[in-house]
Amino acid sequence: MATHSLKHALFCAVVTLIIAYPILGLDLEARGTSVVLAGADTATVVSVLAAALVVFVFQLFRHRILGSLGTMPSLNPFANREPMPQDKRQRLETIALVVLVVAALIWPFFVSRGAVDLATLVLIYIMLALGLNVVVGLAGLLDLGYVAFYAVGAYTFALLHQYFGVSFWVALPVGAGLAATFGLLLGFPVLRLRGDYLAIVTLGFGEIIRILLNNMTWLTGGPNGIGGIPDPTVFGMEFGRRVKEEGNVSFHEIFDVAYSGSHKIIVLYLIALVLALFTALVIRRFTKMPVGRSWEALREDEIAARSLGLSRTAVKLSAFTIGAFFAGFAGTVFASKQGFISPESFVFLESAIILAIVVLGGMGSQLGVILAAVAVIILPELAREFSEYRMLIFGAAMVLMMVWRPQGLLPMRRIHIEINKQE
Amino acid sequence: MLEVRNLSMRFGGLLAVDQVSLDVQEREIVSIIGPNGAGKTTVFNCMSGFYRPTGGTILFEGREIQGKPDFRISRLGLVRTFQHVRLFSKMTVVENLLVAQHRHLNTNLIAGLLRTPSYRQREQQALDRAAYWLDRVGLLDMANREAGNLAYGQQRRLEIARCMVTEPKLLMLDEPAAGLNPAETRDLNQLIIGLKEDYNVSVVLIEHDMSLVMEISDRINVINQGRPLASGTPDEVRQNDDVIKAYLGEA
Repeated sequence: MATHSLKHALFCAVVTLIIAYPILGLDLEARGTSVVLAGADTATVVSVLAAALVVFVFQLFRHRILGSLGTMPSLNPFANREPMPQDKRQRLETIALVVLVVAALIWPFFVSRGAVDLATLVLIYIMLALGLNVVVGLAGLLDLGYVAFYAVGAYTFALLHQYFGVSFWVALPVGAGLAATFGLLLGFPVLRLRGDYLAIVTLGFGEIIRILLNNMTWLTGGPNGIGGIPDPTVFGMEFGRRVKEEGNVSFHEIFDVAYSGSHKIIVLYLIALVLALFTALVIRRFTKMPVGRSWEALREDEIAARSLGLSRTAVKLSAFTIGAFFAGFAGTVFASKQGFISPESFVFLESAIILAIVVLGGMGSQLGVILAAVAVIILPELAREFSEYRMLIFGAAMVLMMVWRPQGLLPMRRIHIEINKQE
Repeated sequence: MLEVRNLSMRFGGLLAVDQVSLDVQEREIVSIIGPNGAGKTTVFNCMSGFYRPTGGTILFEGREIQGKPDFRISRLGLVRTFQHVRLFSKMTVVENLLVAQHRHLNTNLIAGLLRTPSYRQREQQALDRAAYWLDRVGLLDMANREAGNLAYGQQRRLEIARCMVTEPKLLMLDEPAAGLNPAETRDLNQLIIGLKEDYNVSVVLIEHDMSLVMEISDRINVINQGRPLASGTPDEVRQNDDVIKAYLGEA
C-alpha cells in the first residue's frame, strides 16, 4: 500500500514536471531575425519544482486529505438540527422570500450602474437555468444545446424589430412562443433517445442554430449581428435621453426629473426581476402538477411510467417545450439589454455554463439553481483582479464543489403531502 | 375478458413463445408457471404492449390489442407489475400513487396553473384514492418517505397499490412473491385474493412459489420452452405427468 502510493505520487510529480517545465520554464526569445530558445529565470524554475513537490505530497497523502475533507463539518450549520414542523417552516420561507423580493426591488436605487447591469445578467441566467432545470433536473433529459432556444428568443426580437419595428412587449411572448416551437421540433427526433445519445443530438441542434444564424447573412446579418435593438418601454414611456419611436414619450420629461442614464438600466433590471419571478413561480407550480410529476416519473423509470399509461411522447415534448419557452423569455430580455446580438453570444460554452449552474445548484432544486446562478455569474466578476486566473479559479471551485457536495448547493427537497386518514 | 390465441414471439432465430393460448374470465386468478426461461415474462411483455408479437391475437374485452403501444393498453385497464420492482424511487410514496392516476386527472395546463376549483377537487380525489390504497396495503405511515427507501416487501406492495389506483380491470403480476419471506408471502396471498373479491379485478400471475400458486389460482397454465404444456385447475395440473416431469419434479 505504502510503496504503491509512493510510486503513484512520484509518477504524478514527474508528470507535473514534464507538463509544467516546457510551458513555464522555456521561453522563445527573438534575437535579431532568429528565434532562440532560452531558459527561464530561477524564480520560475523554483516555482515549477515547488509545484511538483506540492503534487507529490498531496498524492502521497491523498486518501488522508480527501478523507478529512469528507468528514469536515457540513457547510450547513443547521444540518444536525431536527427539521422544523412543516407549517412553521413554510411560514418562515414565505417571510424570507418576501423580504428577499422587496430587497431586490429597492436595492438598485442605491448601487452603481455596473452592479445593476450585472444583476440583470444574473437574472437572465436565473431564467435560463430554471428553464433548463425542467429539462435536465426534472425530466432527466440531458440537453447540451439549450443555448439554441436562448438564441431563438433573442433573434426573434432583433429580427422583428429590424423588419417590422416590433416593440419589446410584443416580442416577448412571440420570442418565447417561437423558442417553445423549436423545443417541440427538437423533441420529435429525440423522443427515443436518452442519456449520452440525447446529449449528442441536442449538442448538434445547438450548433445548427448558431451556424444558421451565422450563415443566413441576408436575414440575420451573419457574424455582423443585429444592432439597434430597443430598450423596453413602460406604458409608452422611453427611458433614453431622446424619444426614438414616434408616439412614445420620455420618462424624465413626464415626471420632470433630471435625465439619468441609470433609469434605463434600473427599469430593465426590474423587468428582468419580474420575469424571473414569473418563471420561478410558474415552474414551481408545474412541479406540483401532474405534468411535473410525470416529468420526474419519466426520469426515474421510463418503462414503469409507460406501463401506467403515461405517454412518453407527451411527457418529453412538454418538458422540452416548457424549458425552451423560458429560454426564449431570457433571450428577449438579453437582446434588449445588449442592444446588439451576434451568433458569438450563443456558443456552446453558454450551454455548458447554464448546465453547470443547474448541476451546481442541485438538480431539480429551484432555490439551489437560483443560488448557483448568482454564484456562477458573480464570482468571475469579483475575481476580475486575477483576470488571467479567473477561469482557473472558476474551474477549481467547480471541481472542489463536485468532490465535496456532489448533490449540489441545495439538493431538491421533496414536497410533503398531507394525507387525511380515511375512516 | 382476455383471450390470447396462438401467441408467438420470435427474436431472430429464437422462438421464445410458440402458439401459447390463454383465457381469463372476469374475477378469476390465472397463473402462468414454468421453468426459468420458459417464456412467461415474454408472454407478459406481449400482452402489455412492450413487445409486438410476431404471431397470434390478443383480445381484451373483444378488442384486438396486440401491437398497440404500451401506454394505450394500460389505459384500457390492463396494468402490470415487474419482476424487478420498478418504482419511481426518488419520489415519495404518495407521489408514486399520484403519478399513476394522471390519466384520470385533468391535465389541462391552464386549469392547473390557475388552480381552478375543479382541478383542485380532482387533485383531492386523487389524494384520497392514494390514501385509501396506502391504508389497504399498510403503507399509510410511509406516505412521505422516498419510495426507494422502503423495505423490499413494502416496495412490492406499493407497486401493486400503484397499479390498483389506476382502477384496472386486469392486473398482471410478474413474480410478486420473489424475494419475500414466508410471512410476507402469506400477506400477499390475502391481498391478491382481496383484490379479486373486493374490487372485481382479474389477475394473471407469474410465480415460482408453488404454495402461493396452488392456493390462490383458479386455473393454471404451464409453459415449457415457449410451448404450452398443460392447463387446468390446480389439482389437474398437479396430477399431470408432463408437468411433473418438466417442472414440479418427481418427488
